[in-house]
Amino acid sequence: MRTEAARSTSSREPDGPAIETRGLVKVFGDNRAVDGIDLRVPAGTLYGVLGPNGAGKTTAVKMLATLLRPDGGEARVFGHDVVREADAVRTRVSLTGQYASVDEDLTGTENLVLLARLLGHSKPAARKRAGLLLESFGLTDAAGRQVKQYSGGMRRRIDIAASILNTPDLLFLDEPTTGLDPRSRNQVWDIVRAVVAQGTTVLLTTQYLDEADQLAGRIAVIDHGRVIAEGTPGQLKSSVGAGSVHLRLRDAGQREEARRVLSQTLAAQVQPESDPVALTARVQGGGTERGAAEQAALALAELSRSGITVDHFSLGQPSLDEVFLALTDRPAHDEQPENGRAGHGSPLNTPSQKGRSRNGQAAEEATP
Amino acid sequence: MSASPASAPTPAARAAVPRPARSGRDGLSAVLAAGQRPARPGALAVSMTFGWRAMLKIKHVPEQLFDVTAFPIMMTLMFTYLFGGALAGSTTEYLQFLLPGIMVMSVVMTTMYTGVSVNTDIEKGVFDRFRTLPIWRPAPMVGYLLGDAFRYTMASVVILAVGLVLGFRPAGGVFGVLAGIALLVAFSFAFSWLWTMFGLLLRTEKSVMGVSMMVLFPLTFLSNILVEPRTMPGWLQAFVDVNPVTHLVAAVRGLMQGEWIGHEISWTLISGAVLIGVFGTLTMRLYNRK
Repeated sequence: MRTEAARSTSSREPDGPAIETRGLVKVFGDNRAVDGIDLRVPAGTLYGVLGPNGAGKTTAVKMLATLLRPDGGEARVFGHDVVREADAVRTRVSLTGQYASVDEDLTGTENLVLLARLLGHSKPAARKRAGLLLESFGLTDAAGRQVKQYSGGMRRRIDIAASILNTPDLLFLDEPTTGLDPRSRNQVWDIVRAVVAQGTTVLLTTQYLDEADQLAGRIAVIDHGRVIAEGTPGQLKSSVGAGSVHLRLRDAGQREEARRVLSQTLAAQVQPESDPVALTARVQGGGTERGAAEQAALALAELSRSGITVDHFSLGQPSLDEVFLALTDRPAHDEQPENGRAGHGSPLNTPSQKGRSRNGQAAEEATP
Repeated sequence: MSASPASAPTPAARAAVPRPARSGRDGLSAVLAAGQRPARPGALAVSMTFGWRAMLKIKHVPEQLFDVTAFPIMMTLMFTYLFGGALAGSTTEYLQFLLPGIMVMSVVMTTMYTGVSVNTDIEKGVFDRFRTLPIWRPAPMVGYLLGDAFRYTMASVVILAVGLVLGFRPAGGVFGVLAGIALLVAFSFAFSWLWTMFGLLLRTEKSVMGVSMMVLFPLTFLSNILVEPRTMPGWLQAFVDVNPVTHLVAAVRGLMQGEWIGHEISWTLISGAVLIGVFGTLTMRLYNRK
């Protein structure tokens, strides 16, 4: 894991956990958005919170960032209670989410100068810091443009820049890459890694397993306001299977046979897809990508020995859907937006199909 | 650049950090490492910074000045020529009575845009960022109101200019007129807390607009702005008498005509203080709990 290295070079000494919650609850009407969450996030690490829309991720983050009052349980950030010592919490955290953004009418520079001034920088110091941040985020050319004219990726970068004007001890990133193209997403990932490398604790929520896997040292999987699994990405994947193999056969008539062969060699559930020649199977692989690749190769050889022609084959990480299937025996749900105000959620977007090869190392394609 | 104490918040910390690379991760790391925290700014400083934001928004979206320029001109012309002949015999005559009142009406009606701004900021997602900052809690609200105070002043000046062109001749002179405008802007600042509350309370911009009409029409029309309340039925006079807008108009009218009507000015200031006390408190409760 990349973050292992980041953790060891952390410049700040951890002073107890960055976040500790016990039985955290938030209820909107009769919807228990957060239904008893226990979390412990060590300082100096990147902690991933994985779940579909409506799982309670945003609500939990809002409570931790002092924007919402919990209805039950307690939460401490660096030892400070988020309700009773909200002000102490605010001096140490920063938040980026679609609901905690920047002013669209103002330019990039104006937004950053405004926030720097609010944090107590003098006018020249605020200008200087805004300029440096814009430069290192590749936004110098857009500095004088109104943020409403920014592209999605630029917008997300200026949002993050606005959150690190004073390098925070804890940064909340609520779905920082949802809706971004792969290139913009990689830029955001680089920024996140740089932030963690400086010793900032990051709590990142995401709908993508591969994002959590790439960035996080530990992951909590949330569903219906509860933590349903917690551990390192390796532990999580070994419980779910390290990969997922997708096959397209030449002949739809051979699908049943292929299914039988695969379930024998992979010892896993094989699912026919709506396309009559396509199949998806989970690959355990001992929880490692390499193990998964080896197992998948064996399975392919077995198929070819049985005289089944495979037109297309790909191996990717299990999608969030598959993680949920494995953990809960039902697919990820996609319910109402997380709270009362106008819905800002985006539809559940599992990267299993179109995003499979988004990160080079996780996808291998072959056409035997 | 490493040793320029004047421009860096913490020169010592800065000096140790090399000039960041052009961009990318190394540059970012240097910027992050230099992210030293300055001292926490005071209540006045952050309020003024939010006021500066309001001015920037006016600079970028100058259309929003329409309601403090075109709208007041329209109101002044409309009511002067609509009622002038019928009520006072001549439009110039009526203008001496009407102008301070129409100024109050236009500005008080403009206050509701404060609620719209608050609501838009919540909707657009800039609001929650302000709420997570370690700053004096009412500062964002005070910032809106400071920007709006500028708008109120602008509307007053526009109406005054139209009035002077049409023949308004205030006996109170420059000082009386300025004092009248100052009192009006001060009252409107206090009254706007009603709208910050509604901006936080209501879900959409449209509902803020809807509620504002329900509040503003009775408050401005059921007053002494357009006519003397003498001929109104008793129950209506009772409402007009307790309406703070009536006292504000009487005070402003007096000031512009060169009379300091002490009890009207006092009532206006007291009602302003009560408005801030009640709606300011409710606003901050909503702001903190939302």
